[in-house]
Amino acid sequence: MGHYLLRRLLIALPSLLGISLILFVLLALAPGDPFGELASNPNIPPEVREALRVKFGMDDPILIRYFHWLVAMLHGDWGFSFASRIDVDQLILQRIPTTLYVIGTAQLLALIVALPVGVYAAMRPYSMFDQIASTVAFIGFSLPTFFTGLLLILIFSVNLGWLPFVYRADISASGWQWYWEYIKQAIMPIAVLGLFQAASYTRYVRSAVLDVIRLDYVTTARAKGIGERKVIIKHVVRNALIPVVTLVALQMPTVFGGAIVTEQIFRIPGIGSLLISAILANDTPVIMAVTFVFACLVVLFNLLADIIYGWLDPRISYS
Amino acid sequence: MKEQELRTLIDEVKTGRLSRRAFVQGMVGLGLTAPIAGMMLSASGVAMAAEGPISYKPPKGAGGALKLLLWQAPTLLNPHFAVGTKDQEACRLFYEPLAGWDPDGNLVPILATEIPSKENDGLTEDGLSVIWKLKKNVKWHDGVPFTADDVIFNWEYAKNPDTAAVSIGSYKDVKQVEKIDDHTVRMTFAQPTPFWANAFVASYGLIIPKHLFADYSGGKSREAPTNLKPVGTGPYLFVDFKPGDTVSGKRNPNYHQEGRPYFDTVEIKGGGDAVSAARAVLQTGEYDFAWNVQVEDEILQKLENGGQGKMSYDPGGGIEFILLNVTDPAQEVDGERASIKTKHPLLSDPAVREALNLLIDRGSVQKFIYGRAGIATGIFLNNPERFRSKNNKFEFNIDKANQILDSAGWKKGSSGIREKDGKQLKFTFQTSINAPRQKNQAIIKQACQKAGIELELKSVVASVFFSSDAANPDTYTHFYCDMEMYQTTMPQADPEFFMNQFTSAEVATKENKWQGRNITRWQNKEYDDVFRQAQHELDPVKRAAMFIRLNDLVCADHYILPEINRPKATAVKNGVVAHGSGWDNDLWQIANWYRES
Repeated sequence: MGHYLLRRLLIALPSLLGISLILFVLLALAPGDPFGELASNPNIPPEVREALRVKFGMDDPILIRYFHWLVAMLHGDWGFSFASRIDVDQLILQRIPTTLYVIGTAQLLALIVALPVGVYAAMRPYSMFDQIASTVAFIGFSLPTFFTGLLLILIFSVNLGWLPFVYRADISASGWQWYWEYIKQAIMPIAVLGLFQAASYTRYVRSAVLDVIRLDYVTTARAKGIGERKVIIKHVVRNALIPVVTLVALQMPTVFGGAIVTEQIFRIPGIGSLLISAILANDTPVIMAVTFVFACLVVLFNLLADIIYGWLDPRISYS
Repeated sequence: MKEQELRTLIDEVKTGRLSRRAFVQGMVGLGLTAPIAGMMLSASGVAMAAEGPISYKPPKGAGGALKLLLWQAPTLLNPHFAVGTKDQEACRLFYEPLAGWDPDGNLVPILATEIPSKENDGLTEDGLSVIWKLKKNVKWHDGVPFTADDVIFNWEYAKNPDTAAVSIGSYKDVKQVEKIDDHTVRMTFAQPTPFWANAFVASYGLIIPKHLFADYSGGKSREAPTNLKPVGTGPYLFVDFKPGDTVSGKRNPNYHQEGRPYFDTVEIKGGGDAVSAARAVLQTGEYDFAWNVQVEDEILQKLENGGQGKMSYDPGGGIEFILLNVTDPAQEVDGERASIKTKHPLLSDPAVREALNLLIDRGSVQKFIYGRAGIATGIFLNNPERFRSKNNKFEFNIDKANQILDSAGWKKGSSGIREKDGKQLKFTFQTSINAPRQKNQAIIKQACQKAGIELELKSVVASVFFSSDAANPDTYTHFYCDMEMYQTTMPQADPEFFMNQFTSAEVATKENKWQGRNITRWQNKEYDDVFRQAQHELDPVKRAAMFIRLNDLVCADHYILPEINRPKATAVKNGVVAHGSGWDNDLWQIANWYRES
């Protein structure tokens, strides 16, 4: 096991280096520059713009810039944002709690909905319940989040006036009021993201349970006279969930990565909206840091998923 | 319009026959800024006072919270680094300049006791120095008194290239700022400077405290902790800032203007898009104010039916215009297309340019695209009204365009496209991606088709189009096509900055990495000469006449086709009294905002 882990980590290093190089070069080659806004302001002479470019090292050759970035990164210096002139790690840390709260809750909601619905649908395949669940699930993952988001805003904010559609990270109320406000403003984004995810999870859980429920050992368990409830929970779901757990583990980086579209619609100050505004402002250090952190998380959770798989399924051994 | 005519108009303002506002609007129509019009009046002895003082009649009792929505989030809170207006607006809560510009282009003192003039010995005859008198009762948020040293420090801070301040353009030409006493400073220029109200005024004039920034001047400017936790003289004390998301503040109880501000707390929320920002104010009333609502008028009118708020428009100098290329974008000379060594094969014919000018349906563009947020404008002045018929040359006339082209020898070929000497009238017309602009392109294309001109429309992503990337051929400064359209904003400052974009020295070329501001590459000797004179002309009226002449020279040649004047559009919730200005930030008078009961 230890050997396996070491080998995987050693493979991860060069792939992360490769990812960072590709990201950096792509960003450097992409058109646009962070001082574009200055260009259309006649109050700012072109020399100033040039001086800023030189000061921020934007005219050096790409590989030299990459090397500078890499060395700084290894020292824990993530660079600073051109747009706000503060350190990138601070900027990202500020965004993490909101992202974890909204996206994390949405993932939880997805699981809470998908597990019982998926299992129950698989227990009675092609029943009325299964048909309805499948139809709803298909509708759910074919409607994009920007559409459902706007739909919910139209219904609950504009027509009914129940929920706010602008998310505020610092609410001035205190006590219970504070909690209520926090929950109220997160209901719509969490519902949009959670139900979208739940739709695909439901289909996945259903097919995993269907695979297992027909196996001989389940029939054996039933033949032994074990109650249906116990058969499902102890014998079917436990085994069927192995692939689902892996899927959830692979989804985890998304939780940190945020949801770009939904965050933009509801103005949630999460990582996703940080990334999109950095891209629009050509704020390369921020784009670089966010995408690189994201790449690290993907590599890490892939490894984690493999390890969990081995731990859950005794048939798989890494030694 | 000649100098003499200007003087007659100014006399009419003096005697009260013409209102200040009408005069200022007229000057704006001539291609000047409202501030320069205000300065012409003040130099001619018409006091620089607003027609009415800024109204402040708040109801009694607590003000509660003021919630502002900016669909682009502020990313920094140091006014000297504020790249876009989103950052400048946020800075306005905490920092103040010595004076700001009101909607009519008058200077209004904020940290100064009065506006320098010849009458109060603030200005000298030679145009070399200006004396600012500062208010005495002003304290920084941490209790330290505000003095002349702070003002001097801001000049030293901003003009140092190592500080990398974006306000450097307003300070680098100031030779010296010296202290006369604790509350008086003298600003000296190396050259006679007709437009002195640039440093320390409006958005780039916000004053930061010396005692907190002195150690962070130059190369260390980024490390100052106060960059993120502003300590200013403004009406609100800093509470919290999350870059790219929110800025919040609370009432400054020791603010230097008695009884102000009205609101207990203020919050700026950023992010999202313009349409939903307008919705949050106009339809649901979740927010009190939304900034820069560039949304199609049809949508705004629907939202306004929600009954929670109204749109407000502040006339300003922003102009959407079309440029015709003087040079040939198809021919490459020394590795450079659209080189000034070439001449455009079709557009160099004045008849073609005149026809194109007649084919822009400005009226429909205003009516169907911009609505209240765009005023169709031709070349000459649109206001005051009595000048309109006589001088207004903006016209949409397909028949006339056809006639002009016919008589110039451009004959319709079998494909319906006009041609002469084997050259067809086909142009590529580019602009940035933005829904109203694409509709605008389509309207022009349709009209051109009827006159036998074919336009190929091209649209470029805004982040590319407006970038200063020398390697990208699609930027607006490269102008590697025949026609292009974009909006240019007249800054609050002098028309000198604005008008230098047509001088020969500013031509965008490969040599200056396309950083030059003369994008059409139009060159005219008279223009260059008059511009040079205007730079050092001290009499504001003579100088204004020169700028009007410059404007006429450019426009008469039809290489530049002005189309739509864009006022600043903001959404304001019912009951909130906001004092906007087209010549300064929307929040320039945030201290005087209140909510009617």
